[in-house]
Amino acid sequence: MTSLPNPYLPDMATIVETVQETPNIKTFRVRLDSEARRKAFTFQPGQVGQLSVFGTGESTFVINSPPTRMDYLQFSVMRAGEVTAALHRLNAGDRIGVRAPLGNWFPYESMKGKDIVFIGGGIGMAPLRTLLLFMLDNRKDYGRIRLLYGARSPEDMAFKAELPEWLGRDDLETVLTIDREAPGWEHRVGLIPNVLREMAPPAGNAVAVTCGPPIMIKFTLQALKDLGFADGQIVTTLEKRMKCGVGLCGRCNIGEKYVCVDGPVFTYEQLKELPNEL
Amino acid sequence: MDQAKFLPDASLAAWLAELSAARLVLAPRREGGAVVFKPYDPAVPLELTRDATVPPKGAVFPACEELMRYRRVKDPEKPGQPLLEVEESLPEGGVVVFGSRPCGARGFTVYDRVFDAGGLNDPYYAARRKATAFVTLACREAGSACFCHWVGSGPADPDGSDVLLTQVPGGYVVRAVTEKGAALVGSGLFSPADRREGEEAAAHAKARESLDDPRDLAPARQALLDAFDDMEFWSQLSAKCLSCGACTYLCPTCYCFNITDEAQGNEGARLRTWDNCMSFQFTLEASGHNPRPTKAHRLKNRVGHKFSYYPGLHGGAIACCGCGRCIRSCPVGVDIRQLVLAAVERAREKSHD
Repeated sequence: MTSLPNPYLPDMATIVETVQETPNIKTFRVRLDSEARRKAFTFQPGQVGQLSVFGTGESTFVINSPPTRMDYLQFSVMRAGEVTAALHRLNAGDRIGVRAPLGNWFPYESMKGKDIVFIGGGIGMAPLRTLLLFMLDNRKDYGRIRLLYGARSPEDMAFKAELPEWLGRDDLETVLTIDREAPGWEHRVGLIPNVLREMAPPAGNAVAVTCGPPIMIKFTLQALKDLGFADGQIVTTLEKRMKCGVGLCGRCNIGEKYVCVDGPVFTYEQLKELPNEL
Repeated sequence: MDQAKFLPDASLAAWLAELSAARLVLAPRREGGAVVFKPYDPAVPLELTRDATVPPKGAVFPACEELMRYRRVKDPEKPGQPLLEVEESLPEGGVVVFGSRPCGARGFTVYDRVFDAGGLNDPYYAARRKATAFVTLACREAGSACFCHWVGSGPADPDGSDVLLTQVPGGYVVRAVTEKGAALVGSGLFSPADRREGEEAAAHAKARESLDDPRDLAPARQALLDAFDDMEFWSQLSAKCLSCGACTYLCPTCYCFNITDEAQGNEGARLRTWDNCMSFQFTLEASGHNPRPTKAHRLKNRVGHKFSYYPGLHGGAIACCGCGRCIRSCPVGVDIRQLVLAAVERAREKSHD
């Protein structure tokens, strides 16, 4: 019999706080119930976890709080299917299962000393938030940090409570954009790839970290290439229908790679080496 | 350990009775037109003349198994926020699989590299695998769809088995392959094989002679990757596929699974069930995006997994035991051998272009 822990068995956790970010994105701040597990728990920015609503099932979400802030683990969930709908019905005090951390993480060590360009679209801002806060908590390790965050409309922007702080910081250049004009909107209007071209961050000593819907990624990659970013300077995280989370169940593979264990973070250079099946 | 013994035909039932006394014995029997593994019943005849329609994979990797049970318990302090109790459902009890063919037992060596290796140990699989013994019957002759010898196996391959039986006139030559197997052949029912080892060798040779010339599948690993983006190629090969999934459910080496919850009031279970990569839903994401949107994409992944990705991850080992069940049971005659050979041929032609 194995001495390794059962990889399918979630830790029990309690939701300590929820934030209704947008009409269909809800943030859950959770704490593991076991003090021993809580003390032993470590993770890296970019790693994911499986949240369980017992009786409904499990789904994968990035841990979008940074490991530098361990009061709780934060997950932001867009309502899209059965498990996410069940999660949205939960509130502070409710109990869920957490299997984490799973997967790989952002190469934050090799990004030290470099300028960082974050480009997040919609719920794709969640994984970026982890790394952004981690870098802000280790600010001296990184060069200029720029954030371009876009959503369809002002109502669709998550992390609203934090946006004023991000906009106000001297050591972070934040640009917010929405797809079309909206009453009261004081920031940029335009699709992310177009706004990125106008921002024109220098590629020289920079790494771009991007996450968002596939169509945004496609045109953002093109914009980054036009701005001179090499494939190895672009980092992204992939979404897949992950089930087991430990590289066995067979649905998230791209050729020989399993997104749940070899990813979800890949450089564009690595992605180009994989069979074309995103 | 490889000391051959002899079991007369007349003692087979006594041996099965001995084995059944200690553990559940699964043995092949006829059910309608199919041969399936069921708990051994002396009153029901064994069917050892042909390979089972359904392989014995369920003995170690059940079609449906419980991973854990959960229960919501009312918290008197906070009646609206119940506590959650979760308990692992680890399997207990041993099984002997009697009368599988070498391909059916060898399938588990494909699983072992995934479920019971490296940094990960699947406790459900590991517990069942440890508690299961395979008493395997060497094949007397190849079936029309058999190609075990293409994938490095053969009709008397002991890999994955604990005991290997070979039918000879008047009985069986019995070889313990593992310690676990040796413990099953220790009773007084067995006598030394002596001169019958020659008959055993002859039976093995006869079975080998019934096989066609093996094809070299080593080039398939790269050839399948080369064909990855050629969707016309895959569309042609998959045109008649019905996406029914019979190939995956009957395959001794397919191990993709799903995890679902089943609720009954305040309690329920989390289950693992066989899944089927030929189904549209298998990779469908919540956003509606599907990275394998057509059956051509899905068949490509199935063949690619077995003959390219798995060998790439596991030292060249092919995730196919050559049993031919997917070929024999496909309602429209999709033949995995032809798919692999077509990819190899495509690569050969491209290299000459």
